[in-house]
Amino acid sequence: MSSDNSAKEALHWAKTRYLSIWVLIIWFIFSFVVHLFAKSLNEFSLNGFPLGYYFAVQGSLIIFVVLIVVQNLLQDKIDNETGLSSE
Amino acid sequence: MKGNFIDNLPKVYGLYTGGFIIFILLMALFEQMGMGADLIGILFVAFTIVIYAGIGYLSRTMQVSAYYVAGREVPPLFNGMATAADWMSGASFVALAGGIYFGGHGYLAFVVGWTGGYVLVNSLMAPYLRKFGCYTVPDFIGTRYGGNLARFIAVVILVVASFTYVTAQINASGTIAARALQIDFAYGVWFGLLGILLCSMLGGMRAVTWTQVAQYIVLIIAYLAPVIWMSNVQGFGIIPHFSYGDAVQRIGELEPMLGVGEAATESFSGRRVLTTLHNAPGDAMAGWKFVTLAFCMMAGTASLPHILMRYFTTPSVRAARVSVAWSLFFIFLLYFTAPALATLTKLQLLDPELATAVIGKAIEDVQNLTWVQKWTNVGMLAVSDSNGDGIVQINEFFMRPDIVVLATPEIAGLPAVISGLVAAGGLAAAMSTADGLLLAIANALSHDLYYKIIDPKADTRIRLIVARVLLIVIGVIAALVASLQLTGILGAVAWAFNFACSGLFFPLVLGVWWKRANRPGAIAGMVLGFLTGSLYLWYVRTGGTPILGIDHLRFGMIGMPVSLIAMIVVSLATEEPDEETQRMVDATRNPSGRAILSAEH
Repeated sequence: MSSDNSAKEALHWAKTRYLSIWVLIIWFIFSFVVHLFAKSLNEFSLNGFPLGYYFAVQGSLIIFVVLIVVQNLLQDKIDNETGLSSE
Repeated sequence: MKGNFIDNLPKVYGLYTGGFIIFILLMALFEQMGMGADLIGILFVAFTIVIYAGIGYLSRTMQVSAYYVAGREVPPLFNGMATAADWMSGASFVALAGGIYFGGHGYLAFVVGWTGGYVLVNSLMAPYLRKFGCYTVPDFIGTRYGGNLARFIAVVILVVASFTYVTAQINASGTIAARALQIDFAYGVWFGLLGILLCSMLGGMRAVTWTQVAQYIVLIIAYLAPVIWMSNVQGFGIIPHFSYGDAVQRIGELEPMLGVGEAATESFSGRRVLTTLHNAPGDAMAGWKFVTLAFCMMAGTASLPHILMRYFTTPSVRAARVSVAWSLFFIFLLYFTAPALATLTKLQLLDPELATAVIGKAIEDVQNLTWVQKWTNVGMLAVSDSNGDGIVQINEFFMRPDIVVLATPEIAGLPAVISGLVAAGGLAAAMSTADGLLLAIANALSHDLYYKIIDPKADTRIRLIVARVLLIVIGVIAALVASLQLTGILGAVAWAFNFACSGLFFPLVLGVWWKRANRPGAIAGMVLGFLTGSLYLWYVRTGGTPILGIDHLRFGMIGMPVSLIAMIVVSLATEEPDEETQRMVDATRNPSGRAILSAEH
């Protein structure tokens, strides 16, 4: 493998790792933090739902779907920029 | 039709969906003309099973890569549907809404856990395992860490986790088939197994993929149609998902008036009265229990081989990622419906202002309702005037959690055709998951144990025959265990996730994300994590006091940390992986270029 390619791989991996860490931070907040504070969040309401309850039945789920879609778009960008796209 | 099968997929499944809807309308018509509900149920179950078996037969193959990874040509959208069917088990379909009905906020940890896990799958696992080009999950462990011992241990953990899960699915298929076809449960189990094997035996992963897509279409229609119909009939809004917040608040008002929380003074086997508040998150301990359960389910999602192997079937790394997004979207459709269903069903039973209410009504009136009689006769429901006041109280209405989904159409007064549809949907959910699991087990045994460890010189024909024989043998053993009916459906399902994450989560993640991880470390991580988790399960199940509220549903919270620490300590204490392995890890992280393992291996 040429040194040029391994430099590209290193850059690609650094960017990928950075993106993944951000994705996992957001995942952590909506998987755990909001549900730990569900009781306090229930004081607020969204579209008729108590907010803490809303996160457990819809909010977190919608955020997970959007999170994966956005992550994939950004990952595609990283792949294309470093010339390491799979397609 | 012109062109090859893959290009025609949208047309094929579009026709199939149209055909299924016509079948539903036809059944509705027959019902109007006087056909009995029993016959409609039988037709729904028979019709769908014949279709799945037909797809299974048409997908037969004698090629290794078609058998193990569907030829790696499944487009992301369709792989997403197949994964969703693979994922959503009989438990998701039948038991989830009932669990939310009875379990309140604490139970929603399953909903969060079983969706959030896909963020881990997408970030940590799927694209890299796809690039690796493995046939099975132990194939990755065996190649990344090297050596037959690591491969063998991964096979053992896979078999334990998946087998725990598959017995529950065969049990569920048996229950539904038995009820719809009016046969004994003992025969129902074998009938269910026959259907499952017809889908997978001839074509392996290829057949399972295309039947799972068909099963997803049936199960999602069967789940959404009754809820939306019920909501329209009962005036809860055209699409209830966005407007049931008021129902949640109304239940909150009714609960203290009706005395929710008072224990029952009688008991009926398997049936419970509602004692948990619908939306009461509770104290710090309850919060801790919520997040630990959610985390175990998420890590388990990212370690369960029958899910991970679905992403081996896409044409490229990018397609694998896109397909994770589709998977979660298709799963989301069901999971964000289940709480709506649980809430609206509860409101219909509780709210005295609604015609469907049973709580607070005279006991004779309730006992004369058709649906109450029907479910009481099969031992799923009981109404008893414990305090002798002639009125049904909240702690006098006993119900099995499973029937929330199955009985809702009847509670809301929908036609029988809906009940038949729901039975077909439940069966599709249970069968598709059972197929994925059986195939995961049989493939690990035939590819990793037989071909890679016992007889590396075996030729293709022998390998594929061994794979099929194993599929039948494992299916029969699972059906025998299922017919013993050892645990409730959901207990065993949660265990499977905990077994998988205790033993496999960190060896898989660190295999990609930590170059320094080596063979002794992986072996220590798998063995110690899995054994500690299992011993802890045994400890809490034999009467031990759970530590920090970590009970049998969350024993991964014990197994995973042990696995992580063991893997890091042992890896650092032993030699770092050789140059070749490190290069392999670099190549795994790089989405472009050829797979690590050759297409036929």
